[in-house]
Amino acid sequence: MGSVARRSWAGAALAVLALPALLPLLSAVAAWAAPAGEVWAHQLQYVLPRVAVNTVLLLLVVGTSTALLGTALAWLVAAHEFPGRRVFAWALLLPLAVPAYVLAVVFAGALDYAGPLQGWLRQAFHAGLRLPPIRSLGGAALVLTLCLYPYVYLLARVALEAAGSRPLEAAQSLGLDRDTALRRVLLPLVRPAVAAGVALVCMETLADFGVVAALNVDTLTTAIYRAWYGMYSIAAALQMAAVLGLVASAAVWLERRARGARGYAAQRPAGELPRRRLRGGAALAATAFAGTVLAVAFVLPMAQLVAWAWKHAAVDLDARYWAFAGRSVALAASGAFVVVIAALVHGYALRGERRWWANGLGRMATTGYAIPGTVLAVGLFAPLAALNGWLQDRLDALLGAAAPQLFLQGTLLAMFLAYLARFLAVGAGPVESGLERIHRHLDEAAALLGVRGVRRLYRLHLPLLRGSLAAAAILVFVDLMKELPITLMTRPFGFETLAVRVFEMAAEGEWQRAALPSVLIVAAGVIPVVLLARRVAHVA
Amino acid sequence: MPHVFSLLAAATLAAALTAVAPLPAVAAETLVVYSARNEQLIKPVFDAYTRETGIAIRFTTGDAAVLIERLAAEGKNSPADLLMTVDAGELWNASQRGLLQPVKSATLERNVPAHLRDPDGRWFGLSMRARTIFYSPQRVDPKALSTYEALAQPAWKGRLCLRTSKKVYNQSLVAMMIARDGETKTEQAVRGWVANLATDVFPNDTALLEAIAAGQCDVGIANTYYYGRIVKERPDFPVRVFWANQASGGVHVNISGAGVTQHSRNVTAAVRFLEWLSGPRAQSHFAAVNMEYPVNPTAAVDPIVKSWGSFEPSLINMAEAGRLQPAAVQLMDRAGYR
Repeated sequence: MGSVARRSWAGAALAVLALPALLPLLSAVAAWAAPAGEVWAHQLQYVLPRVAVNTVLLLLVVGTSTALLGTALAWLVAAHEFPGRRVFAWALLLPLAVPAYVLAVVFAGALDYAGPLQGWLRQAFHAGLRLPPIRSLGGAALVLTLCLYPYVYLLARVALEAAGSRPLEAAQSLGLDRDTALRRVLLPLVRPAVAAGVALVCMETLADFGVVAALNVDTLTTAIYRAWYGMYSIAAALQMAAVLGLVASAAVWLERRARGARGYAAQRPAGELPRRRLRGGAALAATAFAGTVLAVAFVLPMAQLVAWAWKHAAVDLDARYWAFAGRSVALAASGAFVVVIAALVHGYALRGERRWWANGLGRMATTGYAIPGTVLAVGLFAPLAALNGWLQDRLDALLGAAAPQLFLQGTLLAMFLAYLARFLAVGAGPVESGLERIHRHLDEAAALLGVRGVRRLYRLHLPLLRGSLAAAAILVFVDLMKELPITLMTRPFGFETLAVRVFEMAAEGEWQRAALPSVLIVAAGVIPVVLLARRVAHVA
Repeated sequence: MPHVFSLLAAATLAAALTAVAPLPAVAAETLVVYSARNEQLIKPVFDAYTRETGIAIRFTTGDAAVLIERLAAEGKNSPADLLMTVDAGELWNASQRGLLQPVKSATLERNVPAHLRDPDGRWFGLSMRARTIFYSPQRVDPKALSTYEALAQPAWKGRLCLRTSKKVYNQSLVAMMIARDGETKTEQAVRGWVANLATDVFPNDTALLEAIAAGQCDVGIANTYYYGRIVKERPDFPVRVFWANQASGGVHVNISGAGVTQHSRNVTAAVRFLEWLSGPRAQSHFAAVNMEYPVNPTAAVDPIVKSWGSFEPSLINMAEAGRLQPAAVQLMDRAGYR
């Protein structure tokens, strides 16, 4: 393939991929035409200064703690042998299957003043005994960290395992001890993966509404909803979302530039990373550490959820739940397929892309992840409905009364477009960091052997990317299982999924009844996560 | 890996094929409802209507604000005949944006009290949600209680629990206080509340009621049906209802209600359905599924709800809750009520 041809397809691909994310942004830009000056003046004086500080603090704490926790767990599991390691390897991914807002509600219920733990503490010890308040910035940071660390853990582990033993052996043969070799050689190799994971974590934290609402933290997201739901100003809400999206794009772009200056590609990914066998106290500590994280982030909250679900299952659980679960899984699986394919195209198009506009489009394509889901859904829905109306008018003019009623915006087509806008970042992160580890020399060698284009993709890159693609598929799949606002808005009539059930219960504050569909979301999400997580281990 | 992908590809294809199918049927005997009132609260009532009349009802649920944006974006191509919400403010907002049409119906005007419907007939209340004061009978003498505004007095310092001001129920409560007392007095009251808080605001009414029971605070403001759900399971729950403002304007109520959409293709059928919903039998059913109060005074009330006694509701037209809501939200921001 000639380089000019390559360049034009890459630019076109990036433009097409950026479209679903750009449409809501355009809606937002169009919203600037509507006057929302009074709302803005109020927000600037009374709301934004406070929520901006909260948002930045939350990002810093969650970003740092997921980076540390995720990388530490990945290093522990990938490079050590200790009791339970094989189970932890996949089980540490399980918190991904739990919707963050559900975890927040469980934590609030269990740890608040009126909850069982504090009640017991007051009775058993002292009536004045208090735990630090869970409804706080710290509480929200804790819940978000427990929900989101698996992004970093998964990507870092795939990268560590893909790096193999060679870099470590080489460093040790040059006289570095194992720990120094880790720090100076392996960590830089996994940095793109950790950065990609943390970028996802930060975007999800920016867009989060469920956790901060349940734990009472005011952020930019809650300010957006307040302008919209409280002051009836969708214009102000979209405008604020646009600013949020632009800040996120700029941050992603800057991070990429900072990283782009250095080359992190492994020369020859080969050899299995040797695992050091931990003994005695070290082994115990490793098991206890991983076990505690798993217990707090998954096992205990699930036990609470199952207990709630059990209470209501007799009334609520019926045959319809098979259909809800089936739709959730089918939707998440097909959505993940679409998004991962798109992420692959995205990664290729960006590979070696030097033109600023194409690069910018590529980055913009992934910013939907930082925008609150409901705002994104509305922003995408409006242009689609307008397109539908335009087509309908043409059709009516052509066929008169015989014209069928179009309903583009309420079909799975709209749903998939919105999924793409929202979740491309989740697929693109792993794929891009995977592609980065494939050195350009390898492409050149392949070219010398006459392996190019699609054949090069199929025979050279796909085998090397398997781990990253599987990781991307897992992440998108579980995100889609949990996704609510887009599904809620664009679903066809009567199309209910497990997440929609959670909404139906939670909308009137019946959180305990929402436990049943929540447990099923986790259950239906866990099996594919385990299967795919094993694949990652086999092929990485 | 390849077979995982082929599996996913097959799933995608299957999903894409089903995507072509679900065009809404435009049979004459079908009504389409966009509802912010959730499925388990409306489906039993809708099913009863279908059994009685043969008219099918298709509906989709979601946040009212989202459904309104959806109606606006769809314009004249919208399949919706009715918009149903659980808050008067959103109905007012939808009518302001021209998304609902005026309806003239003697039945609706007879069944729904004037303050619970739009003066122009664009929306009608279908159930009342009373928001009043709750207290711990162990620590509070109900004689000490009187009005929402009085909870701002220093006697309640460190004893008051409130739900977040993000919830529309508090926004409409404060909006109605503005309608009654004006902005200045209301802001003083809200500042007093904030000064009296025992703990940070709660994300929901249930948690607030549990906090009163656990002794974190002594009084709070909540919707009665949340309380109803708890006492249904735990009759000895140590929290009681107090009807606020009985001598000064009445208990704040919000409504769950509905209106006919501007571009409905089945206006007659939609109005007939609303009329049926306002009748005594449907009213009991509609309210009882969530332990709310029927708007139709002739409809029977759930026994647990009845046990709390009767109260004087606020008679200010619900449209005020919508009109003054943006002002209420800004007032709460100024007063530091999060």
